[in-house]
Amino acid sequence: MIKVTELTKRYARTTAVDQISFEVGKGQIVGFLGPNGAGKTTTMRILTCFLPPSAGTASVAGFDVLEQPLEVKKRIGYLPETPPIYPEMETAEYLKFVGKLKGLSGSDLQKRVDYVCQRCAIADVKTKLLGKLSKGYRQRVGLAQAIIHNPDVLILDEPTAGLDPKQINETRDLIKDLAGEHTIILSTHILPEVEQTCQQVIIINKGKLVATDSVRNLQARARGAESVLLEVSGRNGSLEAPIVQHKLEQVVGVSRVVCKEQVDSRARFEIESEKGRFVRGDLARAVVESGWDLNELRPSAMSLEEIFLQLTGTEAAAEEKTAPEGKQQ
Amino acid sequence: MRNVWIICQKELGSYFASPVAYLLLTMFGLIFGFFFWNALAIFIVEGMDMQMRGQVFPMNINEQIIRPLLSNTSVVGLFFIPMITMRLFAEEKRTGTIELLVTSPVRDIEIIVGKWLAAVIMYCCLLLFTALNFAFLFRYGNPDWKPLAIGYLGLLLQAGALLAIGTFISTMTKNQIIAGAATFGVCLLLWVLGWVSGYETATWARVLSYMSVITHFESFGKGTLDSKDAIYYATVIFLGLFFTARSMESLRWRS
Repeated sequence: MIKVTELTKRYARTTAVDQISFEVGKGQIVGFLGPNGAGKTTTMRILTCFLPPSAGTASVAGFDVLEQPLEVKKRIGYLPETPPIYPEMETAEYLKFVGKLKGLSGSDLQKRVDYVCQRCAIADVKTKLLGKLSKGYRQRVGLAQAIIHNPDVLILDEPTAGLDPKQINETRDLIKDLAGEHTIILSTHILPEVEQTCQQVIIINKGKLVATDSVRNLQARARGAESVLLEVSGRNGSLEAPIVQHKLEQVVGVSRVVCKEQVDSRARFEIESEKGRFVRGDLARAVVESGWDLNELRPSAMSLEEIFLQLTGTEAAAEEKTAPEGKQQ
Repeated sequence: MRNVWIICQKELGSYFASPVAYLLLTMFGLIFGFFFWNALAIFIVEGMDMQMRGQVFPMNINEQIIRPLLSNTSVVGLFFIPMITMRLFAEEKRTGTIELLVTSPVRDIEIIVGKWLAAVIMYCCLLLFTALNFAFLFRYGNPDWKPLAIGYLGLLLQAGALLAIGTFISTMTKNQIIAGAATFGVCLLLWVLGWVSGYETATWARVLSYMSVITHFESFGKGTLDSKDAIYYATVIFLGLFFTARSMESLRWRS
């Protein structure tokens, strides 16, 4: 449905999007993930023909965004970061205007307006001025506006930004609901959102594509190397963390031991093991045989959040990992 | 064509949904009403004067009331035009609704012409006030309607040209005030350019004076249709809208 090949967008001084390629199949929900300023909005604006690419191609439903923009625009529903509403218009009036712009008319238009109002739960504010609506309602009007002409592709730029938790859930459910009929790309910097709503993730950072895969595969990929959380305490009120660490490192199959924190005689470690190795039993034995108490031992599955940090390799994540090691010496 | 009309309707809706249209109509109505009352009073006083002296000079409503009033309207229009055009694109850029328009299956030129047309119609609404006053002349006097019609055509063409320039300026900024002030400056400059013809007859002076929007209105004010002046206005309208289109395109490349 959507095909992007080596897409590049350069501004005067910066490169916002750098040779990104990906494909989205019909009916999929794809999460477009990245920190702020990663190039998500720019990519979406290129797909909606708002910006022309500097190099590379993008096509929607087989139509190139540069060569046949009108055909692309007919097939796309777009919700920008701030819903594009006219505060002086009433909800129904606004939806009618957008519907007409997208080529609807007559009874068809009236039907679609009624349908999207009911679908996006905005029927009760049909005659209210858009400028007087709450943020949640505005967002839903924005969504209604995007689906009014029943487009093949929906492009949603941070659809849940600025909403309260209840509204976020409602919006997510609505988006999941719409997935059957439309191919959806939604951008976000909130990870649980992707885990909950999307089948596929495209992660970009600083304009470059970092990973593109299904959510399940990404999680599985990260789980390949198991990571275990372990808390140990000394029996007589004292515990030498380096000694424990040394002991743990000697367990067969352990590839890395990091001391997360030490309080009095208690210490927490994060242990990474080699792929396919089951080390939890051996770890427990090693601790008990050395005469320490085993307080806690549990696998810590990597959340998308960690995968994301790992893949985008932000400095914050790197600091987090090195700081506890430094403390020991 | 359909899209032009959709955009135009929406723009007219915004004019009349906000106080802008009513404010403009009220101010214009007041100002023109004052002009009209003045012109009429002078006409009557002169008429009585002549009767008292027993002289009979031909009095002409067209020449003595309508013509000066039309030129006044053409000048007052300069002040109202920036207020009509300043929000056209600047506001959409500020609130981000321009993204909706540009990502809809509508051509840029349709958006531009739709907005410009709405501005022209808004200006026509202002002209309706002048027509209301002129209607009294037809009720109680016997003026010739043809020069008046040509005068109106001239006013429309002149406004169309200035509105096209204002539309263009509005695409260049997100700030309505800047768009308005710049448009006002340009309108004023295009008006006073004609003054050079008063003291200089060299080619450059004639070129400058030819560029003035007011000098081209004179023939229309007299009630004569001069194709040269009509072509001037048509050219400015075309150029204004053309530059608007280019400016919208460059918006996307720079953004």
